Amino acid sequence: MAQSTTSPTAASPTRNATFKDKNRQEAMTGLGFIAPAFIILFGFLIIPMFVAGLFSLTNWDGITPIARGLITEENPNGAFDFVGLQNYNTILLQEGRRQESFYTALKNTIYYALGVVPVQTAFALVLAFVVNQKWLKGKGFFRTAFYFPSITSSVVISLIFMWMFSASGLVNTAISFLNPSYDPVTWLDNPSGTLHLLMNGIGINPTRDMLRVCDPATLQLWGCEVASIRLWDWLSGPSVTMATIMILNIWTTIGTMMVIYLAALQSIPSQVYEAATVDGASRVQLFRYITVPLLQPTTFFVVTIGLIGALQVFDQVYVMTSGGPANTTLTVAYLVYRSAFSDSRMGLAAATAIVLFVIIFVFTMIQRRITRESSGDRA
Amino acid sequence: MSAVTLEQPVGQTSSASKFIRRAPGILGLLFLAIVAVVEIVPFVFTVVNSAKCLPAINAAPWAFIPSSGFIDCRNEEGRPLPASAMTSGATFQPSLEGYQMVIARDLPRWFMNSVIFAAAVTICRILIDSLAGYSLARLKFPGNRLIFFIILGTLMIPGVVLIVPRFILLKQLGILNTYQGLIIPLAADAFGIFLMKQFFESIPRELEEAAEVDGASRLTTFFRIILPISTPALTALTIFSIQGMWNNFMDALIIVGTNPSLWTLTLGLSSLQGAGGETLIWNLFLAGAVITTIPMAIVFFAFQRYFVEGVSYSGLAGQ
Repeated sequence: MAQSTTSPTAASPTRNATFKDKNRQEAMTGLGFIAPAFIILFGFLIIPMFVAGLFSLTNWDGITPIARGLITEENPNGAFDFVGLQNYNTILLQEGRRQESFYTALKNTIYYALGVVPVQTAFALVLAFVVNQKWLKGKGFFRTAFYFPSITSSVVISLIFMWMFSASGLVNTAISFLNPSYDPVTWLDNPSGTLHLLMNGIGINPTRDMLRVCDPATLQLWGCEVASIRLWDWLSGPSVTMATIMILNIWTTIGTMMVIYLAALQSIPSQVYEAATVDGASRVQLFRYITVPLLQPTTFFVVTIGLIGALQVFDQVYVMTSGGPANTTLTVAYLVYRSAFSDSRMGLAAATAIVLFVIIFVFTMIQRRITRESSGDRA
Repeated sequence: MSAVTLEQPVGQTSSASKFIRRAPGILGLLFLAIVAVVEIVPFVFTVVNSAKCLPAINAAPWAFIPSSGFIDCRNEEGRPLPASAMTSGATFQPSLEGYQMVIARDLPRWFMNSVIFAAAVTICRILIDSLAGYSLARLKFPGNRLIFFIILGTLMIPGVVLIVPRFILLKQLGILNTYQGLIIPLAADAFGIFLMKQFFESIPRELEEAAEVDGASRLTTFFRIILPISTPALTALTIFSIQGMWNNFMDALIIVGTNPSLWTLTLGLSSLQGAGGETLIWNLFLAGAVITTIPMAIVFFAFQRYFVEGVSYSGLAGQ
């Protein structure tokens, strides 16, 4: 743009004509250059979003060829019928098995995100802060050590963790070594909720009978069903097996988050720290009153991408547990896959996916808003 | 609270207060060291145990010093050797059984498929992403900004949502369970385009203007002048694409999952669980894990700087 206005030749009329010509040519080249990328992204990302939306309104089973078209009176062998919002109704509102599956998956996914995101963010922040210290030697080594798991395939890491957390695996062996009276835990086949175990630990121990009772008058609430799931199960927390998958994910993601924090830390001018040190601030105070507030936008970013990742957890569940034991590692993403390809309910799967999309979209919007507001404050 | 603690005497040199001032640093270092060990140890033991016989893995997963040469896991009669014959204390007798088994289970084919898949997608992305990035950075055309926002917007589409519609679309196009079906949908990506656009904007315009004066077309300028000086950005793009595709699981599962001859390494590995029925054949798993990880590890150690820079870039793209 700068070049066109400063060009002294643009004034003469004949030149002007070629200039216009040139503009048109540039526009054609520009469109030509971007066309392949746009076609692919449009065709395989944006159109599919609409296809998902469309099919979430049908009862297609995923097997009957779509070419058979709509089921009508003249065409009883059609592939699908439009059923309106029935799929959404089935998973969200209508009491039954499907609703139970959906809310179980949602509950598991939320517990998963609530466990994974804060822990990995806190670890990454503290690690980045220490790695960024001037006195630390071997920064490169630490950065490599933390980052390496992030570049390893999720399937490989799932297999490694399956082995490490198996009954006779490294983890149980190590704990037995430290504590000879340890009764080995079956990490990967253990549906008991971690919050259950905690509640049992502090003496809240409802018996089988109490768990069946639902009587608000006498405050016997454990057995009350909310969205097809008993209150006791809502409050059970992630199962031991889910907790294992959570540990896996924290272990893998810390490195990525730490590198993002490290980049942000290096952009904080050292004078800020020096000034505070002159004023007598200790290291802990530097961290608490300078690093953490200045990194707030980065923290929002790290939390959001962490959340988006956590809400979509799939690979680990597929490889390690297939949603079991007792559906305690069933996540929304895995439920989408299961409905689509095991239950042959494509329409239902599409609806589940759209609900997940909306949840993720809302979180992303909240993050953008907060980030924009906080950067507006600084400006 | 800060005011009160800040007023504590600072210049004191007593050893106790020195220790208190140093304690957070020591604790921080300790934390760093512990996490580093926790992050590395699983890989070390994976490599070690991938070279053991199954009974030895179950009996002594911690044994990490190999003794003697490689052994057979079975005696002459074909019976598995007992663990006691293969480990003592921290030493174990190495065996290549896991590697032999995983190779016998078609790993070379999975490896080839992964190489073809990653290479094809990466070559497409280098070409398509950089053309698009250049167009957005330098060329004026109607809808330039709108297209850029649409492309950035695709970053927000979660992969899980695409499971069903991509399956439908590829099935309708008749390219489900084919190489094309796996490669074409991934042949361009918003992050790569963003990366290239940012880079091209940092190149001084004078270079292209000089070429233009000499009468070169945009296409010639792009291929002869711009691309050759874009090695840093192209390297980053290449590495990110290779890493993403090498480790890709969900797309491969949906698109070629039912055609074992097109399985990639990750798909092949995920199929190993069923290999031994109820018993899990750990040396088979772990050997597969090691073979899958080695190529990425080589790329990582050779180009570590780009990985770290790329992550910072992804931060930029998200804001």
